[in-house]
Amino acid sequence: MVESQLTAAHAEHDHKPRGWRRWVFATNHKDIGTMYLILSGIMFFIGGSAAMIIRAQLFKSGMELVDPTVFNSLTTMHGLIMIFGAIMPAWVGLANWMIPMQIGAPDMALPRLNNLSFWILPFAFTLMLASFFVPGGAIAGGWTMYPPLMQQFGDAFPMMIFAIHLMGISSILGAINIIVTIMNLRAPGMSLLRMPLFVWTWLITAYLLIAVMPVLAGAMTMQLTDHFFGTSFFNAAGGGDPVLFLHVFWFFGHPEVYILILPAFGIISEIIPSFARKPLFGYEAMVYATASIAFLSFIVWGHHMFTVGMPVAAQLFFMFSTMLIAVPTGVKVFNWVATMWRGSMSFEPPMLFAIAFVFLFTVGGLSGLMLSLVPADYQYHGTYFVVAHFHYVLVPGAVFAIFAGIYYWLPKWSGRMYDMRLAKWHFWLSVIFVNVLFFPMHFLGLAGMPRRIADYAPQFTDWNMVASIGGFVFGASQLLLPYIVWKCVRSGKPVEVNSPWDGARGLEWELPTPAPYHSWEFPPTEAVLAHADKH
Amino acid sequence: MKRATLGKLPGILALAVAGGARRAAASGWDRINMPRGVTNVSTRIYALHMMAFWVCVGIAVVVFGVMIWSLVFHRKSRGAVADVTMTHSTKVEIVWTIIPVVILVSMAIPAARLLVRINNNTNPQLSIRVTGFQWGWYYHYVGTHVSFVSKLSASSNAASRLDSGISPTSVPHYLLSVDHKLVVPVGEKIRLLITSVDVIHSWWVPDLGVKKAAIPGFINQASFTIAPNKPGVYRGQCAELCGRGHAFMPIVVRAVSPAQFNAWLEQHSAQQTEAAAGPPATGPSRT
Ligand code: HEM
Ligand SMILES: [Cu+2]
Ligand SMILES: [Cu+2]
Repeated sequence: MVESQLTAAHAEHDHKPRGWRRWVFATNHKDIGTMYLILSGIMFFIGGSAAMIIRAQLFKSGMELVDPTVFNSLTTMHGLIMIFGAIMPAWVGLANWMIPMQIGAPDMALPRLNNLSFWILPFAFTLMLASFFVPGGAIAGGWTMYPPLMQQFGDAFPMMIFAIHLMGISSILGAINIIVTIMNLRAPGMSLLRMPLFVWTWLITAYLLIAVMPVLAGAMTMQLTDHFFGTSFFNAAGGGDPVLFLHVFWFFGHPEVYILILPAFGIISEIIPSFARKPLFGYEAMVYATASIAFLSFIVWGHHMFTVGMPVAAQLFFMFSTMLIAVPTGVKVFNWVATMWRGSMSFEPPMLFAIAFVFLFTVGGLSGLMLSLVPADYQYHGTYFVVAHFHYVLVPGAVFAIFAGIYYWLPKWSGRMYDMRLAKWHFWLSVIFVNVLFFPMHFLGLAGMPRRIADYAPQFTDWNMVASIGGFVFGASQLLLPYIVWKCVRSGKPVEVNSPWDGARGLEWELPTPAPYHSWEFPPTEAVLAHADKH
Repeated sequence: MKRATLGKLPGILALAVAGGARRAAASGWDRINMPRGVTNVSTRIYALHMMAFWVCVGIAVVVFGVMIWSLVFHRKSRGAVADVTMTHSTKVEIVWTIIPVVILVSMAIPAARLLVRINNNTNPQLSIRVTGFQWGWYYHYVGTHVSFVSKLSASSNAASRLDSGISPTSVPHYLLSVDHKLVVPVGEKIRLLITSVDVIHSWWVPDLGVKKAAIPGFINQASFTIAPNKPGVYRGQCAELCGRGHAFMPIVVRAVSPAQFNAWLEQHSAQQTEAAAGPPATGPSRT
């Protein structure tokens, strides 16, 4: 009886809508995941183009290419596009594709909500990018949007705020869907402490999103009412307090940087065991470390504000809490290294990116540790040293983890293998030039070059040239990725087996390749679960 | 044309690297490292920074060393067999939680000490009000009539116009020179009272070890004492994005002996008796 109802319902759902309907009315987690990833890719290249202009302007001392206001809008929009347009949608796309497959579910729990949370984004991004073309140009006060400066921009100001509201709604809906899916659709036997780490880290990320996106929305709405409705939340002349915005913004901002990196921790924790052919070392410690990082991320925001004049006691508190984050972060790195130790490693593209992640994320973590020492931060803050720090954690960190995930799962998605040789070229060009690009920025910051400046004194020229060259080659190399994916989908060699990686673990590799449209129509049995644990 | 430029890339890269190294060698490490500076505080910040740097190098050597070892020896192509029993070890995990804690505490203690000291702004011998505006600084020597606006020097200003055609290297201290320098005595504790009339700025001179935000509606404090044997000219820049002119509002401090300073102050108060203390009319005033 139940069985026949199931099959009937199933038959009704099975045909996918054809043509544009399949995408506009999409409710399938794979279709929506694909759209997220494509959108993220488009935004990655738009944000990247802004970065190329920035690096061209900074190639040498002297104002030669763009006007300072345009330069400021480019840095501002580069940051916002990369964070909200490239990295966050990529994570949601990967979550959509992988979470149902990894927990033994047929789809996401709330498919129509899923459609909505995706389709909000093209509108949000259109609004955001359109603000480049309104009178006065895009906002130019940095991605941190501090008032009163932010209040000085024209029509772009409300457009950006509205875009942020839309992106916030999209993120919150996406996060709700992910939590509900993980909590309710796990296959019998898939206990919480048996879930793959990508699922775990996304679960925690989803809670972070729900906690802090409304905070950002609130802060931006207060700016909006200050501007248009005569309130004085942040306006000193009216008795308000510009520093209040900094507090509220960074209360969002620091958890936000962990929203960008926790799913990366998850992916790396999946890939390293697969290619070291060895279980993840300290699985439970990894889960607890992720949870403690998420908790601590709420009490460290002041480390972005050491020079604004907080009381000494507050500065001490934020210094100690920030240093504390290094402990669970260290545990993660040590566990990855221990997973490689006495493994039997091979170096396919996903593993190459994962190894580069561990090395270079650690570099970023170490500069973070230096930044947490307040007296030293008095010198580092607002300089290229900070730029170097967060690019190390975000580019060879978050972005490389996204690349690793794509190279890991693409065969499962498409049923075809990509061109390994090209993917290795992509890796080597990226890993070399990301360092040529960002390492010299440490030197520039220490030698005294402030960030967000359109022009600089001649003594900074040498290292800026190196960074710009690194930037151009790094940027150009990224064009390989869409080509590799396109070529794979079009004409890659079909993968006949469930898993093209002999050491891969996890339920997704128990499904046929390419993965069926409704991933797990029937929950996997205990035997399948046990097999997935072992590989 | 394109080909030629591309062909030159490696050459340019090599040159830039070599150039960086050569000039760094010529002028100490100041092209790639934090300056020691000329105040007690800046020197101690430098020492803290170097301590943190070497600790980080130490951690990196250990972690990367273990990783590189496994990358070399524990690879499948060498016939390595995975030890699949190695899933966790409470002992090891406790050890690698405690060691970082110990390292962190040993860094936190000197940092906290120095922090408390830096934030002691009591008993200054001279107070100067510093007001940021779009785009320049206004200085007022508290208790005197001496006050003036300090902006990007005319030569830098001309050269920094888009496509000015003036080579930055032909301008002395391009973007780091001003029309009126802030003059201070060496050997005396100087307190800055920092605020802004429009947006947030940040007053930063690396050699003094001072960076403090200038915020409308707030008065922030910072202090420094330049070593008596270090008179000279020290240059810095605004360190908080403040709009179009953010790259173009440098700070230049001239440190002189107390006698010279007093003479300077006297001369300027004679000239300026009529100048009422107040921010310049050039800055958009909102307070
Ligand atoms: C060991 C862990 C980390 C520590 C101790 C740390 C510490 C810090 C500190 C103290 C700052 C403020 C620097 C300043 O402006 O003066 C900072 C900035 C920043 N960090 Fe981290 N960080 C860590 C990891 C991360 C991670 C994982 C990410 C993101 C993936 C991240 C992203 C950022 C960003 C985006 C900024 C700059 C924001 C801005 O001013 O625009 N950090 N970090
Ligand atoms: Cu932070
Ligand atoms: Cu500024």
